[in-house]
Amino acid sequence: MVDIAIVDYGMGNLRSVYQAVHKVAPAAEVCVTEDAKVIANAQRVIFPGQGAMPDCMRELDARGLRQAVLDAAHNKPFLGICIGLQMLFEHSAEGDVPGLGILKGDVIRFAPELKDAQGNKLKVPHMGWNQVRHADHLLWQGIAQDARFYYVHSYYVKPRDTDLTQATSDYPTPFVSAVGRDNLFAVQFHPEKSAAAGLRLLHNFVNWNPL
Amino acid sequence: MLAKRIIPCLDVTAGRVVKGVSFVELRDAGDPVEIAKRYDEQGADELTFLDITASSDDRGIIFRIIEQVAEQVFIPLTVGGGVREVQDVRNLLNAGADKVSINTSAVTNPQLVADAAARYGSQCIVVAIDAKQVAPGKWEVFTHGGRKATGLDVIDWAQKMQKLGAGEILLTSMDKDGQKSGFDLALTRAVTDVLEIPLIASGGVGNLQHLADGVKQGGADAVLAASIFHFGEFTVQQAKQHMAKQGIEVRL
Repeated sequence: MVDIAIVDYGMGNLRSVYQAVHKVAPAAEVCVTEDAKVIANAQRVIFPGQGAMPDCMRELDARGLRQAVLDAAHNKPFLGICIGLQMLFEHSAEGDVPGLGILKGDVIRFAPELKDAQGNKLKVPHMGWNQVRHADHLLWQGIAQDARFYYVHSYYVKPRDTDLTQATSDYPTPFVSAVGRDNLFAVQFHPEKSAAAGLRLLHNFVNWNPL
Repeated sequence: MLAKRIIPCLDVTAGRVVKGVSFVELRDAGDPVEIAKRYDEQGADELTFLDITASSDDRGIIFRIIEQVAEQVFIPLTVGGGVREVQDVRNLLNAGADKVSINTSAVTNPQLVADAAARYGSQCIVVAIDAKQVAPGKWEVFTHGGRKATGLDVIDWAQKMQKLGAGEILLTSMDKDGQKSGFDLALTRAVTDVLEIPLIASGGVGNLQHLADGVKQGGADAVLAASIFHFGEFTVQQAKQHMAKQGIEVRL
């Protein structure tokens, strides 16, 4: 039985996630896996994602991992990252596809022609280090209010239930950058690429016992 | 709000970081893994590695370097140099790169950009453009380290690359590179204004004000520099403090 399973459905490179988790949990058995049984038996599950959401959904199903992910999201410490956050919702405007529907709400694109307070054009994807205004949750322990995390995304989640929101960031108006309930937590940024703050969040996750 | 990024660039050959003026007079700057760790500690927002190895025999070296850096440094890593096919992109990502930069091959085979973006996502595809001014307000794309003219207009080319799936443009002024007289601000501004995707300005940084100018006047989303950091002239932290004083949003 592995301690931490990182779900691999063939979309991009999970080495960074693995390295960062290994860094914060050197004694844990961490496994990047496409095997539903390994996910089912793991103590905790990380659900990353990059690329386009329609491709991610298709590849997840092609590997028969949907049920394993749904189960994990309901019964063990579960961390979604980037597209792994977006896929938890009901629907994405990216490719007009349904998501896993674990959380109610939609994934929508940043509006075109965004401008900052000085009138400069804001680029999409939203790429780089942005501040995170976070709620009170164990996964934020030791992380300063407005700490910066690394983002790269063009779409963001809009939960129907605002109680799910565990953090927001501004681009230029606030968007939801983390959600959580019970055993589930998910972030839009990349903790594995967010230096000390990101490692701290991963450290908090691997030590989190919500059940 | 989103911070402007400072990206130290490490030109690597034969396992060492080097820096020259317009690709000649290479000067040794040290071990890439050690330098990467130092920049991370100084607060670099990302790191870019450019494999400038001429011979294909030595190409394996960059993979070992990236593997070692990725084990120790938890910020985005971009790697470029000699990327010719989708398999090269895959190999670099597997070694630990987060983004791969494509330059000459984007010109010789634009489909590579589309294929790589479709397979791995736009977020990991950077198209590097080497630009030379050919007339007032007009720049041409050069390849092969700035030796070969392509006849392509830089502004058109950047837009085409965005359309094909580039997630970011790394724009280097060949006129300014190594000159330490600042970015080509007119070039930077002309390109960033037509793009939806982020632009990294490169080529010409000689002091900290040049970095600030790249953002404020050039409109760059990120600024890349090599020699001002390599030889201990300035730290990344000093660069950020300098920019912050001018009201530029940075990660301190």
